[in-house]
Amino acid sequence: MYRYDEFDHAFVKARVAEFGDQVGRRLSGELTEDQFKPLRLMNGVYLQLHAYMLRIAIPYGTLSSRQMRMLAHIARTYDKGYGHFTTRQNLQFHWPALKDIPQILEDLATVEMHAIQTSGNCIRNVTADHFAGAAADEVADPRPYAEILRQWSSLHPEFSYLPRKFKIAVTGAERDRAAVQVHDIGLHLRKDASGRLGFTVYVGGGLGRTPMIGKKIRDFLPEEDLLSYTTAILRVYNLHGRRDNKYKARIKILVHETGTEELAAQVEKEFEALKESELKLPEADIQAIDAYFAPPALPARPEGDAALKAATAADGGFADWVRRNLNTHKNPDYASVTISLKGIGEVPGDASADQMDAVADLAERYGFDEIRVSHEQNLILPHVARADLRAVFDRLVEIGLATSNAGLVTDIIACPGLDYCALANARSIPVAQQISTRFASQARQEEIGDLKIKISGCINACGHHHVGHIGILGVEKKGAELYQVTLGGSGDENTSIGEIVGRGFGPDEIVDAVDTIVETYLAHRQDKDEPFLAAYRRLGSAPFKEALYGREAKAA
Amino acid sequence: MKLLTANRLIDGEVVWLAADGHWAEDITEAEIARDEEAIERLERTGREAAARNEVVDVNLIDVEFVDGAIRPIRLRERIRAAGPSIHPDLGKQARRGVLAPV
Repeated sequence: MYRYDEFDHAFVKARVAEFGDQVGRRLSGELTEDQFKPLRLMNGVYLQLHAYMLRIAIPYGTLSSRQMRMLAHIARTYDKGYGHFTTRQNLQFHWPALKDIPQILEDLATVEMHAIQTSGNCIRNVTADHFAGAAADEVADPRPYAEILRQWSSLHPEFSYLPRKFKIAVTGAERDRAAVQVHDIGLHLRKDASGRLGFTVYVGGGLGRTPMIGKKIRDFLPEEDLLSYTTAILRVYNLHGRRDNKYKARIKILVHETGTEELAAQVEKEFEALKESELKLPEADIQAIDAYFAPPALPARPEGDAALKAATAADGGFADWVRRNLNTHKNPDYASVTISLKGIGEVPGDASADQMDAVADLAERYGFDEIRVSHEQNLILPHVARADLRAVFDRLVEIGLATSNAGLVTDIIACPGLDYCALANARSIPVAQQISTRFASQARQEEIGDLKIKISGCINACGHHHVGHIGILGVEKKGAELYQVTLGGSGDENTSIGEIVGRGFGPDEIVDAVDTIVETYLAHRQDKDEPFLAAYRRLGSAPFKEALYGREAKAA
Repeated sequence: MKLLTANRLIDGEVVWLAADGHWAEDITEAEIARDEEAIERLERTGREAAARNEVVDVNLIDVEFVDGAIRPIRLRERIRAAGPSIHPDLGKQARRGVLAPV
């Protein structure tokens, strides 16, 4: 993985010292809250309901064991013994004291981590496919490009005061696991007819109060033009993006109001001027970054097949896990393992310090020292020999992280919601916990098959509810929580925004409503091979409305 | 009826203004303002405390009495007063050993 060079070390060290000084001046009263707030936000520090929150960047979701152990150390030393992995592949601590944050950032810097650009109107953490560098269906590893974008965008003077925040995602496989079409810029890495690497470029995707699917403005952008083209997009946005209304300030609104064709023309015009500038990526530079992401040398482990057969035959629990939580690796002796942070009835995305340490140990012993955070709030060991899967599973059982539910109805995304977040209108996590408990049966979950439930506690949509097969949005109505349901959303290569099914449900009704939706799907699907999303796209909302609202819906 | 709430600057702890002028960590110690004059006094004290950099995010909140106990009207404020509803072991509810009604 990427290692800091001297410049990176000096840069992060200087930033830690600067923020330490700013915190000191705030605590002494030299800075007012109005002066300090934008400074703390530039360093990932929010004020939430119970305490401050520190959001730590995990570039493209990649972590080493040493870094994971540091997160565990911080959780134990400065927080309440746990952390929350987010839908942006980051980690949030929900209880740090402001006075301790400079020391936390110093500790983080020792393992090449920081919290820069995890908030504010700048280019945020660049996200990528969590199986990058390992997946069998990958054209190329998207992370070198994500790293190039990270270096280019870090404290970029021209793009530090954008109209609004800006999110870029990169995927390297035909199957999009990074939800690129709901990002400000989505990059889909592919090869052209001659075998050259480049990107399909989407712009203006996003969720929030105005969900939009990104518009394709380039079929194929050669890799050497990555920064010049991205700069061209950002320049057009920085110049024309609305600054008069926070809710209309994202690039998706600019694209919508300008029209895709006109916007693409403006970008192309800027790009023409930049194309042959110093932003053009030299082949040697791409290769230098590529080298950091060279896959580990994976020794042949052909004994895996026999070992797996024996182990799965002997133990049903292990067989479930093998069936659900593995992704096909480029090397047939290996697999990518999803470590579910969605234990039945647990808080989605939370991990205790002990669990973090145990995952770090597993990565070191069996996983070539690599860990990933997925935007679905799980952890990944990208390279595990199939022969070692049993040992990994056994240890995961011991630490309570062996739930066999990747991609199933209990693998729910949920934002922190009103249990923590100052923006939330309703709680998300308790709804996720109750749905998880309702669908606890492994047999029933597998009978239902692939089904993504995503829950947000406010319209800002951190829980990605718009692209949930079943999306749940918590709102406040007459002082009480109310949950609005959308159906048919999807955040993959066939992205769609879910449609509101009807009136919302109270906290005591929402789990039954989800159950009704699932039962309606089971009753109407053509066969077991027709997943929920395909069935919904074929059937439309009518049978679900009728099941949920009965005659009332028919009359409407 | 209103209370004045804020977060303590140094550590973010949720606090309410008490009758003796200190910032209490427990909502039951908060001064309850029942009339305009009392509300104005709370607001003034809050502005001064923010100016002295003791607290941030100072707000008046609506409360009612339920079974003799003070209870914020909004769920958001009830969760601030207790801690995360999903973690009875964390936040103020853990310290008091009493779960504030969510």
